Amino acid sequence: MSNYLKFLLEFLIFPGLVFVAIIGLLLSWLDRKISARLQWRVGPPWYQCFADIIKLFGKETIIPQGRKLIFLLAPIVSAISVILISVLLYNANFYPQCSFLGDIILVIYLLALPPLMTILGASASKNPLSSVGASREMTLYFAYELPFVIVTILLIMKAHGSIRLFELINYQKTHGAYLYSISGVITFIIYLFTMQAKLGYVPFDIAEAEQEIMAGVYTEYSGFALAMFKLTKAMLLFVFPMFIITLVWGGINSISTLWKFAIIFILTVLVKNTNPRVRIDQALKFFWLGMTPLAILGLILGLYKL
Amino acid sequence: MKDLRLLALKKSPWVFHVAAASCNNCDIEILDALTPRFDVERFGIVLVGSPRHADALLVTGVINRKSLPRVLKVYEETPKPCLVIAIGTCACDTHMFKNSYNVVGPFDKYLPVDVYIPGCPPKPEAIILGVVKALQKL
Ligand code: SF4
Repeated sequence: MSNYLKFLLEFLIFPGLVFVAIIGLLLSWLDRKISARLQWRVGPPWYQCFADIIKLFGKETIIPQGRKLIFLLAPIVSAISVILISVLLYNANFYPQCSFLGDIILVIYLLALPPLMTILGASASKNPLSSVGASREMTLYFAYELPFVIVTILLIMKAHGSIRLFELINYQKTHGAYLYSISGVITFIIYLFTMQAKLGYVPFDIAEAEQEIMAGVYTEYSGFALAMFKLTKAMLLFVFPMFIITLVWGGINSISTLWKFAIIFILTVLVKNTNPRVRIDQALKFFWLGMTPLAILGLILGLYKL
Repeated sequence: MKDLRLLALKKSPWVFHVAAASCNNCDIEILDALTPRFDVERFGIVLVGSPRHADALLVTGVINRKSLPRVLKVYEETPKPCLVIAIGTCACDTHMFKNSYNVVGPFDKYLPVDVYIPGCPPKPEAIILGVVKALQKL
């Protein structure tokens, strides 16, 4: 019984919903503020993202014709999956006895849920612009998932085939972080690009390309459902860098996590602000012909412990 | 609770641009107002791509038989509460096209317009002032 209660507390307060939502919204404000400063303007005040979310919760939610249940469930499921990743990462880092066999595979599946739910929700709304966005999102998802999974296999292979998050962290504690090897650098680069694509940031914001297909996959969303999607994106902005740090940069253990996080975050925002949007075929080529061979190279290097 | 919602709405009005047969000058002035030089993101104003996300509709142009049903449709698609802001003399009344066979009268005959921003075209400063005034009215 107390186990359930503990899980519920973890899920709702720390490191779950409340904590991740607050940090994520502050981070997305920071992202907007840095972008504004790069464009030589002042930018929004610090409470901007909170105001956006509260406003969206207070507004009317219009449900279009089509699959109404899937349309409404999709944003909720994607938010829940991100919160679960946060709880899993926290437990793997601080309470090793809570880390169970195969939790890294669970995290990979949970990371796949937000794009999947976006596709489902967009298709359920029966809007032509949404379906164009959904097909783009699907292509993009297939593009980045392949190198992403290959380098994750590389990490598992290096830790003597263990699929427990905790043992990956433990391996890094005894042998030094993965990042300080050639194959580790390759993994890091691929993770960064995957994050960019998963967050839907420029240059990979093809699915919601505003100038071409209005709001793309989110065209039909309004009110609280849109707020859930915005919240998912904001939380992912915090959770994905933490995932990268846990897997390749020595785990979350000391104050040094802060500057590691800052480096990943600022790199992401800078890439976002200095690149134009690519076309969907260019994105596919980039990931399949550019990143996948790199990932396989990393896999071979990893075999020789480089 | 209601106060909080209203405060949040005031702090983050997302605008959608409805170009209903204007001569395009008003539209260009709206785009000017959204450039980094004027930086409307300070007030939380963001241009969105879908009427479903919008809190305020920026309507430009003289309303005619072709554009009226479309503007009404966009208004229906916008989740309430939402503001309607008429930009340019064309949208406020019918301007010089008053006696044209195609024109069906000013906007406020069909939609509840909250703010009128006259000018041919109005300056970006005037547009920003108008939106800020509209928010105070809430
Ligand atoms: S008000 Fe003037 S600038 Fe604006 S649409 Fe009418 S004629 Fe054009």
